[in-house]
Amino acid sequence: MGFPDRIERTVEVAHSPEKVWAALTTAAGLAAWFGNEATIDLRPGGSARMRWHAEGHTADMRVERVEEPRVFGFTWHIYGLPEDDPRRTYVEFTLEPAGAGTRLTVVESGFAQLPADTHRTAYDGNTQGWASELAELVSYLDAA
Amino acid sequence: MPPDIEAIAEQVFAALADPTRRAILAALASGGPATATDLAGCLPITRQAIAKHLALLGEAGLVTAEPGERRRVRYRLRSAPMQVAQQFLAALARDWDSTLGALTEHLDRGE
Repeated sequence: MGFPDRIERTVEVAHSPEKVWAALTTAAGLAAWFGNEATIDLRPGGSARMRWHAEGHTADMRVERVEEPRVFGFTWHIYGLPEDDPRRTYVEFTLEPAGAGTRLTVVESGFAQLPADTHRTAYDGNTQGWASELAELVSYLDAA
Repeated sequence: MPPDIEAIAEQVFAALADPTRRAILAALASGGPATATDLAGCLPITRQAIAKHLALLGEAGLVTAEPGERRRVRYRLRSAPMQVAQQFLAALARDWDSTLGALTEHLDRGE
C-alpha cells in the first residue's frame, strides 16, 4: 500500500496509566509536551486547542472518546488541507497497564478518506463557488 | 482504499516533477485562467511546448479546458487532485515518533 490511511505507533513508558492519562488529557499536560499552550474541555464533543508559538500554528481538536484512563480520542484538521476543509483525521490513544508502566498506542486514521467518485464534484463545486462569490462581490461593489 | 486515489496522487507527483509544468501551474494559480498563448507570453518556452504540457496536465485532471472568447481555449487550475496528493503528504509528515518521544521525556522528567 503506497498511500497510508492510518499511522500506528506504540511506546512503553515507565509511568502509570493515570499519569500518562493526565499528560494526554489536561491542559497543563498537553502544554508541557505537545503544544506550547493548550485548552481542553474533556468530554465527548468538547473542544480542545493547542498552539505552537515558534510555528505560529494552532490545532483545533474535537474530543470524541473519553474512557479514563484507557481510551482518549479526538479528531483534528488534516495538515496541509485548507482551513475550511471539513475532513479530519481521528487520533486515538489507548493506554494499557504493562508491568509498573503503560503501553501507549496512538492510531491516527482517515488520511485517505476522500471518496474517488465524489471528489471531482465536490471540489469543482467549490472552485465554481469562489468564482461566483467573487462575481457577486464585484457586482455588489459596482452597484454601490 | 479506492485505487483511483493513489493513481491521482501519482499523476500529481509526476506532473510536479517537471519544472515547466510547475511554472504553468504556478502561473494559473496566481493569475487565474489563461490560454496557451497567454502562458507562452509569460514563460520562457514555446506555445507548442506549453500545449504539450497542458495536455498532460489535463489528463492528470490538474487543469480543465474551457471555451473562452473567440473560441480561444482557456485553461483553469483544478485543485482537487492536489488535495488528494496533500493527504498523502500529510500522512507522511505526521510525525508521531518525535511527538511520543516528547511525551516520554515529559513523563520521565516527572513534571
